[in-house]
Amino acid sequence: MAGLLDIIPQGERIERHQACPRFVVTAEAWRQAAAQIAAGRATLIGLWGDAIGGGALVHMAMLDELTGEAAVISLPCPDGTFPSVGALHAPAIRLERAIASLYGYTALGAPDTRPWLDLGFWEVLHPLGARRERPVADDDYQFLPVEGDSLHQIPVGPVHAGIIEPGHFRFTAGGETVARLEERLGYVHKGIDSLMAGATIDAAARLAARTSGDSTVAYGIAFAHAVEAALKLEVPPRARYLRALMGELERLANHFGDIGAVCNDASFALMHAHCAILREGVLRAADGAFGHRLMMDRVVPGGVVADLAHEGADGIRDMLHEVRRRFPRLIELYDNTASLQDRTAGTGIVGADLARQFGAGGYIGRASGRAFDARKALAYPPYDRLAFTVPVLTAGDVNARVWVRIREVEQSIALVEQILDRLPDGPIASSLNSGAADGEGFGMAEGFRGDVLAWVRFEGKRVARCHLRDPSWFQWPLLEAAIEGNIVADFPLCNKSFNCSYSGHDL
Amino acid sequence: MRRTLFESLTRRPLTEAPPGADDAALAELAASVERAARRRLGRSLAIRQVDAGSCNGCELEIHALNNAFYDLERFGLRFVASPRHADVLLVTGPVTRNMREALERTYRATPDPKWVVAVGRCAADGGIFAGSYAVVGGITAVVPVDLHIDGCPPTPQQLLRGLISLLARQP
Repeated sequence: MAGLLDIIPQGERIERHQACPRFVVTAEAWRQAAAQIAAGRATLIGLWGDAIGGGALVHMAMLDELTGEAAVISLPCPDGTFPSVGALHAPAIRLERAIASLYGYTALGAPDTRPWLDLGFWEVLHPLGARRERPVADDDYQFLPVEGDSLHQIPVGPVHAGIIEPGHFRFTAGGETVARLEERLGYVHKGIDSLMAGATIDAAARLAARTSGDSTVAYGIAFAHAVEAALKLEVPPRARYLRALMGELERLANHFGDIGAVCNDASFALMHAHCAILREGVLRAADGAFGHRLMMDRVVPGGVVADLAHEGADGIRDMLHEVRRRFPRLIELYDNTASLQDRTAGTGIVGADLARQFGAGGYIGRASGRAFDARKALAYPPYDRLAFTVPVLTAGDVNARVWVRIREVEQSIALVEQILDRLPDGPIASSLNSGAADGEGFGMAEGFRGDVLAWVRFEGKRVARCHLRDPSWFQWPLLEAAIEGNIVADFPLCNKSFNCSYSGHDL
Repeated sequence: MRRTLFESLTRRPLTEAPPGADDAALAELAASVERAARRRLGRSLAIRQVDAGSCNGCELEIHALNNAFYDLERFGLRFVASPRHADVLLVTGPVTRNMREALERTYRATPDPKWVVAVGRCAADGGIFAGSYAVVGGITAVVPVDLHIDGCPPTPQQLLRGLISLLARQP
């Protein structure tokens, strides 16, 4: 089978771009690459705008899932237009709408030109491109039309009935059955991209760590990978292992919390209560080991800032012992409770074709037959030396997503044990001062929710442009597909089984 | 299931002793909350959480208040689904421009007397997001705040201390 570099048209290669090649291409080559992606020969993993020295351009990242080989192509668009990828490949549509809102670049032939992330409240238009004052506050957003007899609409949000992030869901239902769900997101858009521009590496790392709080470790690792590639830095082995340890603890905490929360949305509070106890145990072990319950700001470019002492490791082992004692009975409880299975089995199905087309990461992809896991495919250290499997199911329903997470809990426990047993001695960080200037870097890391992409371009030792792509970009659209034909009352269940990030998406 | 439920009856509860009220928070509250309002609300408060732009880190720790270790409801504090049922708005995040109107409307939908508790570093002054074109700033920039609980994110212990001060008698 042809490798990624054989199928994408190549132009001028940018030598300072590290960890994967970047080519500057023509509009025709851009179109060809879009066609290859649409034909399924590569996976779209990112599409974002940039302005180098005032010159407009767009970048597109793609991946060969089998080899883990990635590439970025860049198209200068001096007239502010570029050929639409979304016209051929639906997963690009929201990314292009975001580029239009943030930069003012137009995707020619795009099927949907409504704004995205910009909800009409900013004082400026195109905040990352050629900024100009917004003429008048406007909000004439048109939701997609739905036609048919006896349909009614249910607008939900941005403020939801629970301790949840904000977003707007527009349901069109016939009786109880959802005919269409349309999401409108961007409420927690904080302008992280603009704050990154000109930031020091330290400040940028703190922003990356607060892009989606539940994945702060994963963002830390992805951002560190990108920066280390750009600066050509070596990372000490002990730091690699400690990052993986934190990453697996983060996965365990989120999986426990969400497995319980899915059951709670089916009104099965017992699972919720017991899973919350396990989650709390993980967070306390993390606090004891690394000094912060969510391990925020512990992973930094160059390594980690918190070393693991004996007491910390013992605390983690004690926690694992508790999990091994308690979790199997909870799995049994989940599996043997018919009233719970009645709600989760067959609900909110995502087809394998959609999961593949959208490159859906994490348990959403893996519950629908897409086996991709950045820890395996990219095999970044120390995962190249650790034994684990990637559980994959094909049913694609809420139940399958729960089961993938149950199986991932088991894998993560085994990974944490391996890491503790093999943790190498040595330093935990290398100095950033030795790094090269003016570099560009690409990095990925597998968070609990899926693969986080980070891309950074330096001018000197300061960040000129940093783009962080949350896995949710390619998962949110699938929620719209999953709920179709289900009853409105099952939406919370479907939504929780996805648990997409609002903050990570809105950025 | 029966075995799990039965064990819950025979085992000692996991719930831990509550922390005391936060002195600084008590002082802040004494200044802002009228005695009359306090009497009317009694010792049971309904809390409506509003994410006005957070990274979701604060939400995770607020969620933890409901787990068996912290068990918020034993203090008469409970989370409700609608601002119309709430006495307290627990607001996180820097307020984004996109959430400003939603926060204002949620505040107006909450019946008087009401308290606003701002949670987290960003809620104080926008934190690391201050200065962005997309961010208004801290919660006070949009609605009046009675109590602030700091931290990034605040731990459940810190949240408990702050919230318990809402119920404590005036010093």
